[in-house]
Amino acid sequence: MSGKKPTMEEVQSSSEFPWSNTTLTPATSVLIALFAALVRFLVSLGPYSGRDTPPMYGDYEAQRHWMEITLHTPVVEWYRNTSANNLSYWGLDYPPLTAYQSLAHAFLLNSSIPESLALITSRGFESHGSKLLMRWTVLVSDFLLFFPAAVCFAVVYFRRFGGSGRERSAPWLLAMILLNPCLILIDHGHFQYNCISLGLTLGAIAAILLRHEFVASVLFSLAINHKQMSMYYAPAFFSYLLGKCLKRQNWVLEVGKLGIVVIGTFMFIWWPYLYSMEAAKEVLYRLAPFERGIYEDYVANFWCSTSVIIKWKKLFSIGFLKFLCICTTFFAFLPSCYQQIKAPSDRGFLYGLLNSSFAFYLFSYQVHEKSILMPLLPASLLAQQEPFLFGQLVYCGLLSMFPLLLRDNLILQYTVLFALFGLIFYQNGRHAWEKIPLRRRFLLVLPVVLSLLLHLIYLTLRPPKKYPFLYEALIMLFCFSQFMCFTIWTNIQQCSFLDIFHWTKAKKKDV
Amino acid sequence: MNDSWCFFSLSLCIKALLIPAYHSTDFEVHRHWLALTSSLPLSHWYIDTSSPWTLDYPPIFAYFSFLLSLPASLIDPTITDLVAGQNYAAPSAVVFLRLSVAAADLFLLSGAHRLSSRLPPFRRRILLALVIWSPALLIVDHIHFQYNGFFLGILLISLGFMVEGRDLAGGIVFAILICSKHLFMVAAPLYFVYLLRHYCNGEWSRAVARFLVMGLAVGAVFVATFGPFVYYGQIQQVFHRLFPFGRGLCHAYWAPNFWVFYIILDKVLAFILGKLGFIIQTPKASFTGGLVGDSSAFAVLPQINPIITFLLVLLAMSPCLIKAFVRPQPKQIIRWVAYTFTCGFMFGWHVHEKASLHITIPLGIIATDSLADARHYFLLSIVSCYSMFPLLFEPQEYPIKVLLLAIYSVLMWVGFSSLFSNSKAPKPAMEKKVERSGNGTGLVGPVSSCYLLGLVGVEIWGQFLHPYIFGSRFPFLPLMLISFYCAIGMMYSWAWQLKQIIRNS
Repeated sequence: MSGKKPTMEEVQSSSEFPWSNTTLTPATSVLIALFAALVRFLVSLGPYSGRDTPPMYGDYEAQRHWMEITLHTPVVEWYRNTSANNLSYWGLDYPPLTAYQSLAHAFLLNSSIPESLALITSRGFESHGSKLLMRWTVLVSDFLLFFPAAVCFAVVYFRRFGGSGRERSAPWLLAMILLNPCLILIDHGHFQYNCISLGLTLGAIAAILLRHEFVASVLFSLAINHKQMSMYYAPAFFSYLLGKCLKRQNWVLEVGKLGIVVIGTFMFIWWPYLYSMEAAKEVLYRLAPFERGIYEDYVANFWCSTSVIIKWKKLFSIGFLKFLCICTTFFAFLPSCYQQIKAPSDRGFLYGLLNSSFAFYLFSYQVHEKSILMPLLPASLLAQQEPFLFGQLVYCGLLSMFPLLLRDNLILQYTVLFALFGLIFYQNGRHAWEKIPLRRRFLLVLPVVLSLLLHLIYLTLRPPKKYPFLYEALIMLFCFSQFMCFTIWTNIQQCSFLDIFHWTKAKKKDV
Repeated sequence: MNDSWCFFSLSLCIKALLIPAYHSTDFEVHRHWLALTSSLPLSHWYIDTSSPWTLDYPPIFAYFSFLLSLPASLIDPTITDLVAGQNYAAPSAVVFLRLSVAAADLFLLSGAHRLSSRLPPFRRRILLALVIWSPALLIVDHIHFQYNGFFLGILLISLGFMVEGRDLAGGIVFAILICSKHLFMVAAPLYFVYLLRHYCNGEWSRAVARFLVMGLAVGAVFVATFGPFVYYGQIQQVFHRLFPFGRGLCHAYWAPNFWVFYIILDKVLAFILGKLGFIIQTPKASFTGGLVGDSSAFAVLPQINPIITFLLVLLAMSPCLIKAFVRPQPKQIIRWVAYTFTCGFMFGWHVHEKASLHITIPLGIIATDSLADARHYFLLSIVSCYSMFPLLFEPQEYPIKVLLLAIYSVLMWVGFSSLFSNSKAPKPAMEKKVERSGNGTGLVGPVSSCYLLGLVGVEIWGQFLHPYIFGSRFPFLPLMLISFYCAIGMMYSWAWQLKQIIRNS
């Protein structure tokens, strides 16, 4: 038996383990999904935002409070200031689907630890058991929505774009989507439910690639109704679907059908608030908290970064700033929209998602650090096309959230996921890496070195008394410059689809 | 080395994330030993009783604790404080001790790397994954808290030397291993027979010279280890600590071995005879109560004492010893060593369920040798890991232990099936050979898949149905069921290994 072995192993020597298959078999997808689940469970052992910090606590308390409110008050009062629902204490400021989700989770929690959701008296309730259950609600949401969507996307992506070989490893792509460190840290460390809205969006993207446009519209409408931040992707969906419809006969009818599907979904979700204009407005007002200012903390977007020089908040009124934001955001996503309307394509659509979400992140009103998750999702979907862009973007996104996660005492989880992502990324990136000329390698390594340096500075050095937020500002400026470079690059990439389109057209004419 | 480091780093990430997880009292035991060795002189190490967790590992591990205590006292002096450090579990202590376990796993890495380095890449990767990502090791070392990776690493290094034919080095390393943890002594008879026949061979004068060299080398290790305590006149006290025969035949949670059947048979017989009208005296120490009495008490069957178990272990491993005596082969040494540990596990006195790691880790090394080995390892590693589930009883770790085992099972499935299906495809002749060596061509036969499904059933019973039907009554029943069910698998594994050794000529 042993005499025959060498020949068979020569065949296998080229394949790697566990990424041995470049195609996605059920066993490998299960393996990757289980590993991603394990990492999530392990991160969820750590602390959450606002632990033991009265009186306001943090996002964990916000979610728990919403469960309490949705469980004990009638639907119409969820967004209204009442004696039971003091809106200044973590009032609901997400669309109704989030509220329904809170209610569903509240039933779960209420059945085993009712005191954790008692009206008013449970404020700031923290116990080992309730933490565990709360964590499990996020985990279950993740497994039910984000995981199937990711597997579905990976399968469809490779059916659509095909390809084999080392650099086109489907298991690797799935791992990149599922092991996005920023998403894991925010959802299972800091405590949020981004996996739901992102999972719905990812499902919509997979449906687009499968040509199920109605399913995609429904899923994406649901995503918007879970977190209004999903609007970041709206221009991409809109322009792609419009572009597709325009190519068909009877395009008005096609657009109308999609419109009805979207409006129907919205009506379904908003039904309890549609009995009067007042009630709907009340909810809408909660969703757009303009009074909170143009930016918060040190988010690496255009307004916050340039505020080092131009004091936007002092110079202009809120009304004018709103207008300014709308204009700049619009012009930022316009090129990608134009490309999609002109020549809708699957790959162009993925770039469009990235570009429009970047446009919102960089230029829109009231952006939070965590919003970097929005551009990160399409970037992870494009990990095969743009491996280095994705790698850099993840590291940059992590750095931009570093101060936030440090405040949550998630330094251990942060460090480990930082390393884990690098290890798995390198499994496939290695082959592409070896092809890059030395000078470009230097360009790619430099930001990583700089970001490591910034981590170290932030951890060890104390800022000068005159500028207590000097290092936060440094991190922000560094990340902003990177993000700008990325979005310029991806916009150029997307516009090049247009050029190719023109070029092939011209060629055809010549023929 | 690239692969090894990559696998090790991945596991290191998981281990680091496990730092905040539950840890058992073994954590306090090891922390106390750091304090003990750093604050007391050598002469007090084995007589100190300032904590119930007295030092009961051999001196090399005590020296190792002493080494660890040096950086520990720099990081946080409370860790190594004999009084103030009691039950000290501040983040600094937890992080330091957890990371020290992860660092000690470098021995495991080095051993596995050494044994895998001469294999072709694909098999090498599977081997490294099997050993370095062992879920049982993660559960016992990195959640429950122990240093098994360290000991098993030393064992693998010794086995590596033996396989390479460097018997002297292998013997010395094994002596070091015994002086770090004496439970590994089970393999000593095999080592003795094997080295006697393989190392001390050739002409009469050469054999004697080699015997003397080996004896001196191993003796030197023992002298260096136990010498100081002989000097202080405490050697009896040390041995008393190392072999506390006052403990009962079985641990509170029965390890899945032969004695489970013995106890249950006794209970059944007592019940039947009682019904038939015989007067059966109920023994004082009840096994089911989880209490560990001074002696094992059986109602009907003959009483068992340590000497009986000792003889039984020797008897069980005698076929292997004879094989090693007649034809000592370096190729077979890993299989033989694993078999001796299996015998010790099945018939030994006061065996812990954790000891099944001593079987699975060496067998993981040879699991890729043939389809039959792979099939056996697939079953054994799942059973062995599952039998350790009761170690982690808190809901927080429940999904983690299940996922660890599930990932490992799928990993084995993917790895083994791609290894052995590729090998069959180009050569139809091979297929027949494989068929003869096992019951079928698949990785899991019908019987073993039924058995593994039953494992799922046992878990569902213990987790959901039992609390639902009985509430909090009979809390020992699910544990007994796990022990009994896993013991069937372990018994099969023992018989399979014995058959394999007798067949191999």
